[in-house]
Amino acid sequence: MQELLQSLAPWLSDNAIFTPSTLAQYWGGFVNTVQLVFISLVIGLFLAVPLAIGRASPSRLLSKSIWVYTWIFRGTPLLIQLYIAYYGLAFIPGIQESVVWPLIRDPLYPALLAFTLNTAAYTTEIFYGAIKATPRGELEAARAYGMSPLLAYRRIILPSALRRALPAYGNEVIFMLHASAIASVVTIADLTGVAYNIYSRYYAPFSAFIFVALCYMVLSFAIQGVFRLLEKRMLAHLKPR
Amino acid sequence: MKRLLTVSLLGAAIAAGSAQARDYDTVRIGVDIPYVPMEYRTPSGELAGFDIELGNALCKQAEIQCNWVEQGWDGIIPGLMSRKFDAIMSSMTINDERRQQVLFSDPYLVPPSAWFAPTDTSMKGVESDDLKGRNIGVQRGTVQDNYVTDKFGDVANIQRYASADDVAVDMETGRLDIAFLDYPTGQAALLKDGEYKTLGKMMTEPKKYFGDGFGIAFRQRDKALADKFNQALATLKSNGTYDEIHDKYFNEDGTSAPQASDD
Repeated sequence: MQELLQSLAPWLSDNAIFTPSTLAQYWGGFVNTVQLVFISLVIGLFLAVPLAIGRASPSRLLSKSIWVYTWIFRGTPLLIQLYIAYYGLAFIPGIQESVVWPLIRDPLYPALLAFTLNTAAYTTEIFYGAIKATPRGELEAARAYGMSPLLAYRRIILPSALRRALPAYGNEVIFMLHASAIASVVTIADLTGVAYNIYSRYYAPFSAFIFVALCYMVLSFAIQGVFRLLEKRMLAHLKPR
Repeated sequence: MKRLLTVSLLGAAIAAGSAQARDYDTVRIGVDIPYVPMEYRTPSGELAGFDIELGNALCKQAEIQCNWVEQGWDGIIPGLMSRKFDAIMSSMTINDERRQQVLFSDPYLVPPSAWFAPTDTSMKGVESDDLKGRNIGVQRGTVQDNYVTDKFGDVANIQRYASADDVAVDMETGRLDIAFLDYPTGQAALLKDGEYKTLGKMMTEPKKYFGDGFGIAFRQRDKALADKFNQALATLKSNGTYDEIHDKYFNEDGTSAPQASDD
């Protein structure tokens, strides 16, 4: 990265804003954003699969309690959840002496907590909808083959439901990327945070924010590309021939 | 016909403008009251405060008859533009956005910046060695942010917040070891109940960072009037009058001195 910036230096010499030092800041923000979004999406995905199965289970207690969780996290703004995770948790009596304090003290972990729980809630509902939409015929065929419910889930329901959920999940990933722009309110220097810093330093809103918008667009296009490839492969059987 | 009217109106405006520019016998100064200790009314209803006294001294020095006009903060720049008054002297911080609309005098007061730390802090001072590895809280985009970023960005961890209140909250949670704010803000947010103290000296130097203080605002075309005030300010600074007024309202370190008439 350093070498790349050095080689860019002469080309950038006649503008005040995009100096090697601010580009390095943008790069740092880019890394932080990708890291934050990627980690929360991965954990959120692994939480969402069992939660969606629980949500679709015949047990009303299990289903309803998971519904309450998704209802809370889908019913409140992510910004508020982030504030609660960052500022709120720090004021629980005794937490500053406990073993989790080093984690909560760092802005990264409260942000990860809020983002993960939020995306897990949305993803749970996406997967739950896909599971519910499994064609009856597939379920009956599985039962006719003598599959146990567990085996039917593993071989029939989940593979087909997760495939069907793919386009909606791709949207959720992009939404999450854009939602992560609020991370700077808890002092994380993500892409937006860096853009704010540079804007307030040089009083140049257009350059600072348009550049960061381009960064987000590049990321969005990359995500879209990945999902298009995935859909092409995994939903090939649904295509007209 | 319409064009003729426009041209003649323009001509009249220019004539009026230049007539205004020639004689500055009386100048009306807009001020937003109260903002203790900069401008306020005494119990007997008279205007007082650092801005008022310095303004009167400046006018006397420049041999101008000055009248104060009260105006709320939101309408204070529009008031200047629409000629309700000819200058603003109301603790207005010089910045680039305002510079595009109005002409500023030289800064006449730079509010100091200060370091705030918990009373029981282990830090001895505010040099690089003391701040190494510490979490410093600042308000994003302020002069304090710029200063700390340039000076300690390599050794300390700088956390930027949207408001001074957020800095205060994270001082309370212990996430921050020290905060660097402008003194009046920090005083209001942190110095109320003795849990925090200032560390090191109040800072108004180097000028590169802290130079943009409070300035008197004029219309862009009243350059001659601004020059008169700048000259008067330089004279008052050299003959001791400025210090006299300053000491009446501020302690040596820039904190506001107790006022008998504060209530």
